[in-house]
Amino acid sequence: MASVTLESVRKVYAGNVEAVKGVSLDIADGSFCVLVGPSGCGKSTLLRMIAGLETITAGKIRIGDRIVNDIEPAERDIAMVFQNYALYPHMNVYDNMAYGLRNRGTPKPEIDKRVREAARILAIEPFLDRKPRQLSGGQRQRVAMGRAIVRKPQVFLFDEPLSNLDAKLRVQMRVEIKRLQRALGVTSVYVTHDQVEAMTLSDKLVVMNHGVIEQIGTPSDVYRRPQTRFVATFIGSPPMNIMEGIVEGPNLVSVGGSLLPVADMRADLKADTRIHVGIRPEDVRVVEDGGTAFRIDVDFIEELGATQLFHGKIAGDEFVLQAPTGLIAASARQLALTVDATNVHLFDRETGQRLGQVDP
Amino acid sequence: MQKRAVFGSRIVPYALLAPQLAITLVFFYWPASQAVWQSFHLEDAFGLSTEFVGFENYVHLFSQPEYYRAMWTTLVFSTAVTVLSLSVALYLAVMADKQLRAAATYKTLLMWPYAVAPAVAGVLWLFMFQPSLGLVARGLRLWGLDWNPLLNGTHAMTLVVLAATWKQISYNFLFFLAGLQAIPKSLIEASAIDGAGPTRRFWTIIFPLLSPTTFFLIVVNVVYVFFDTFGIIDAVTGGGPAKATETLVYKVYSDGRLGGDLGGSAAQSVILMFIVIALTAIQFRYIERKVTY
Ligand SMILES: Nc1ncnc2c1ncn2[C@@H]1O[C@H](COP(=O)(O)OP(=O)(O)O)[C@@H](O)[C@H]1O
Ligand SMILES: [Mg+2]
Repeated sequence: MASVTLESVRKVYAGNVEAVKGVSLDIADGSFCVLVGPSGCGKSTLLRMIAGLETITAGKIRIGDRIVNDIEPAERDIAMVFQNYALYPHMNVYDNMAYGLRNRGTPKPEIDKRVREAARILAIEPFLDRKPRQLSGGQRQRVAMGRAIVRKPQVFLFDEPLSNLDAKLRVQMRVEIKRLQRALGVTSVYVTHDQVEAMTLSDKLVVMNHGVIEQIGTPSDVYRRPQTRFVATFIGSPPMNIMEGIVEGPNLVSVGGSLLPVADMRADLKADTRIHVGIRPEDVRVVEDGGTAFRIDVDFIEELGATQLFHGKIAGDEFVLQAPTGLIAASARQLALTVDATNVHLFDRETGQRLGQVDP
Repeated sequence: MQKRAVFGSRIVPYALLAPQLAITLVFFYWPASQAVWQSFHLEDAFGLSTEFVGFENYVHLFSQPEYYRAMWTTLVFSTAVTVLSLSVALYLAVMADKQLRAAATYKTLLMWPYAVAPAVAGVLWLFMFQPSLGLVARGLRLWGLDWNPLLNGTHAMTLVVLAATWKQISYNFLFFLAGLQAIPKSLIEASAIDGAGPTRRFWTIIFPLLSPTTFFLIVVNVVYVFFDTFGIIDAVTGGGPAKATETLVYKVYSDGRLGGDLGGSAAQSVILMFIVIALTAIQFRYIERKVTY
């Protein structure tokens, strides 16, 4: 196994498209790192540079202690699972999995052993003689996984491997990938635009936007202490509410005339500074109309089954509240809300950076 | 579910089909049936009398050594042209595929030969290889090769093969290029990660994935060489020297038109017709089955 290290990696495509703008990242040996971000943010490009499928414009990529910038994909000891699986359509499942081993001159009995072992782990033994087109989406996905694991590589690379599956299968395969990675202990880099997938799979979550890293951290880190407004609204569903606010004093802001205490607030913020205040839909509680409560006018309610979303407005800003179904009367027109000081996030209006204490 | 168009009237579909049917009848079935009829008759040289002779024309045909020779010539000719034009086209297509996105001009340039009429292509090559004046022929002579397609049968065959190949390359190229571009990039990338070098990648991934295209082109090229190269042969060698380049199709023409043996020529046409039908049948069978991977 091996760690993966990126040092100020850049990618400029022909036509001066800068897809990756100086990314540095340490991925520990055996860990599961997920790159998440909206479509076009450069995550596939980054992954493909690690794979060796794209040249590296600037910076260094290390796998283990080797700098791999000028090393061919085949020599990097990685395996990749593609979004469309990229199974060889003219080969059966067995040959698809054996192909990489044969190219490397692995002895036949060893190939057979490894392919059958992988097929057993992935429960695709009955399909070894089938062509890819005779398989369902989920089965193809497994074959693609199988092709990666038979090689026993140093690193697994995944580029949105579940996005062609239906929702139910996606959840199921997500769990399987996680389990498999745990069992094999192979360093994995996984690209997705789906924040739920990202949260559930990762040991280390990397949020990207416009070719730069917005935040690196554990999923709960990123969720609980988003370092930028982009991360705050990208991670979590429904997304964090962002409202206009004003600094009233140390650890105190106001939103729409209501005062909100804030636990994590930079000490040097001057009173009357305009800021963005972020509150997650699930972090607010309904209270009897009281002192520090702020109010929203309810426009409509979305039913999610276990929970309900109350859509409303607070001083002109959209606000969504998530509450267990039945907790709040569906007839409510106006709600008085309160939020813990620890659940209020402040962001710079211009840069979007978190305005929190540097060391929490 | 099958897709079916629904027409209000029973006549409309027939009316829509009629022009196509009429053309097929007039330009294919009518001459074809004429040929079949003629092949069972013997006509005198002036076309004044005809006489029913049964299979005599056919029997006569198969007793001629020239006919077997024309068959052999056709076989050599079609194999050479097909193999040569397919491999050159595939090579060019692979090269072009690498460069492609930038260069639609390549495609246009490589397409030009196909737009040239067979006889013109033939004349072009004839000029280049004309023993005393031709540019290439002079070059060859400088290299010590006594080039003379007008006397040497092998040289003549080489020349028609080259001319026919040249003309067919562009057609094959376009199909190969389309086939190559239809191969998902991720397959090539997957095989690169799987440790296959460029050559191995070509033979284990790209070539097998092109097999439907290749097969289709083999049939098309064989049909082309069998029937469409008449113009080239006529312009370049006229079937000579000493019938060294007389293919089956050319023999139909030379026996019927030049030799005046209409019955024998018709019998040859009928045999050729069966060959086309067989080739087409093979193609349909295969395209439906084996070739879909
Ligand atoms: N081969 C390429 N040539 C030029 N631009 C590209 C190429 N591949 C990707 N890009 C551009 O680079 C940016 C990042 O793309 P990509 O890494 O595929 O994003 P993601 O995987 O996050 O959706 C996009 O703006 C995309 O248009
Ligand atoms: Mg992508």
